[in-house]
Amino acid sequence: MDNLLRFRDDEPHEEPAVTLDAFLEQSDATAVRLEAGEDARLLIPHFGRLALVEVSFPRFRDGRGYSSARILREAGYTGELRAEGDVLVDQLLFMRRCGFDSFAPAQPLDLDVVKASLERYPNVYQTAADRSVPVWNLRHG
Amino acid sequence: MYKYDRFDQEIVDARVDEFRDQTRRRIAGELSEDQFKPLRLKNGLYLQLHAYMLRVAVPYGMMSGRQLRMLGHIARTYSRDYGHFTTRQNMQFHWIKLEQAPDILAELATVEMHAIQTSGESIRNISSDHFAGAAADEIADPRPWAELIRQWTTFHPEFSYFPRKFKIALTASDNDRVAALSHDIALKLVPGPDGEIGFCVHVGGGMGRTPFIAKLVRPYLPPQHLLSYIAAIMRVWNRYGRRDNIHKARIKILVHDLGAEEFTRQVEEEWQLMLPTEPPFPQAELDRIAVQFAPPPFETGLADTIDPAAAADPAFARWLTHNVHAHRQPGYAIVTVSLKPPGGIPGDITADQLELLADLAERYAFDELRSTHAQNVVLPHVRKADLHALWQALDAAGLATANVDLVSDIIVCPGLDYCSLANARSIPVAQKIADRFADYDRQKDLGELKIKISGCINACGHHHVGHIGILGVDRKGTENYQLLLGGSGAEDAALAKITGPGFDEDGVVDAVERTIERYRQLRTEGERFLDTYRRVGFEPFKEAIYG
Repeated sequence: MDNLLRFRDDEPHEEPAVTLDAFLEQSDATAVRLEAGEDARLLIPHFGRLALVEVSFPRFRDGRGYSSARILREAGYTGELRAEGDVLVDQLLFMRRCGFDSFAPAQPLDLDVVKASLERYPNVYQTAADRSVPVWNLRHG
Repeated sequence: MYKYDRFDQEIVDARVDEFRDQTRRRIAGELSEDQFKPLRLKNGLYLQLHAYMLRVAVPYGMMSGRQLRMLGHIARTYSRDYGHFTTRQNMQFHWIKLEQAPDILAELATVEMHAIQTSGESIRNISSDHFAGAAADEIADPRPWAELIRQWTTFHPEFSYFPRKFKIALTASDNDRVAALSHDIALKLVPGPDGEIGFCVHVGGGMGRTPFIAKLVRPYLPPQHLLSYIAAIMRVWNRYGRRDNIHKARIKILVHDLGAEEFTRQVEEEWQLMLPTEPPFPQAELDRIAVQFAPPPFETGLADTIDPAAAADPAFARWLTHNVHAHRQPGYAIVTVSLKPPGGIPGDITADQLELLADLAERYAFDELRSTHAQNVVLPHVRKADLHALWQALDAAGLATANVDLVSDIIVCPGLDYCSLANARSIPVAQKIADRFADYDRQKDLGELKIKISGCINACGHHHVGHIGILGVDRKGTENYQLLLGGSGAEDAALAKITGPGFDEDGVVDAVERTIERYRQLRTEGERFLDTYRRVGFEPFKEAIYG
């Protein structure tokens, strides 16, 4: 976890993430790891005890995790949402917009490039899971 | 035509900066080619056989004279004095150097153009009717919706790492001029039960090695739900589309595997779940965009005729017959500029020609141009009184070929002359067919006949939906061509059927000729090739081709 990059003010969650099956079986688990093909909606009844969801990106080109993140945030999940695996700097902005607020990349990221990537676009065209206001709202107040 | 405001401009400028940084990191070795490839593809930059190729987006095919002049400048400065219009209404330039790509994007941004999402596993440039705003047969102008979709799909954070590419087409007429049903999503503006105009939604069309005609998913979608419904379709596919096999990754495979009914059920279920948190677009935004597509200041009271003295010129008369179409405004006409001259490369246009078309659009067509999926250019609003002068100017530049929708108006991919995916050359086949049928009277006699040629199974040349399709394959190291019959990319969409064993280059041209001669024997008066084929079936043609 040396590469962990967080955009949250709370302390990192200490408990290890367990598999989805294990999480659903163990009523006291508080952290879960979601593989790319697994259904994020299965977690919705358990938000009360859930502090960390780690979404796996086996390859950076595998975009299923973006939908997992949107589904969790749309359903009201407010805990830590971590992208783990083949997480690269050029995908970070979209991940942030989909609701990820922590990152565990397999390879360390250049923090200067991270900062530039996240700050480059002054405007966005869509509502997403972040606080960015889409331009159609800026245009019409 | 849509004009960028400062928000649009800032986004495109930021993209230039981002791509410049990504290119720098690639050249410095900070990004591997594996990591860089999807990034450059999302910006339309392909590595081809001889050099890079840059595909510039032409959203729903609309361009101004200023933009065309910039494309001419780029052709001259960074390529080899020409560009190429694609079957998605875009323009691509061959012979590009990687290190110059960011500079090209910076130049494009000065005229409100870009290369965003013209390739890669993302939502591609939206295509729409090249006669929009001019055609008499549309029920509403599709362009405000196309622009709304363009913006909303630009850098969509959830839908930028799809299983495969994703293409949307939008029409507003019963006459489909965009091959809509060959798209991942085909949207058609239709009246709803209460008279409001919304969308009929088809999903899962496509070409490639497994072609499908898109299937009906929703007969009527109220307009305010357009974006959330598209999002639901894309989310179902993003989650459940196949990622284990690139050839089975398109949404058409998911729709086919699930069946249209089950796919629709999943989309509707997802949509209901998304609706509470997916705010609709503000009506004021659609209104803001729509104002920019208001009709140009047409003159009224113009004579709705063409000067008979000029029309006595047979060459002009031919052009009027094939390249000029009815406009909704009396006194005006729609002009198609054919980029299929004898001996030319279909879709290619020189820098000089681009600049000339820019001048002519400004002088005669309210500064508007359209690119078509058939790789031609349209001047949508021309006074009938100006047609002769326009024709003379086009003719002097080799742009007045009178062959729209005739046998020599062939759609063709770049093929093995350029493309690293191709198995066979496609351009020379098109040239030989056009040459074989060069005689105008012969072409005219054959009437509407759409030949489409692809140099490999990826089907960029739309061979599956050609009245006559040709597919180039590699057979034991030599180029071989399969012939297909009976496809259509129009409102009567159909997939063409392979005739049998393939041919060499000259052999396939001969086979096309035998096919066409059989059609001439079988047709009833005024019957198109496609209609004859549908009436008599496959066998008489097969017999003619193989004897």
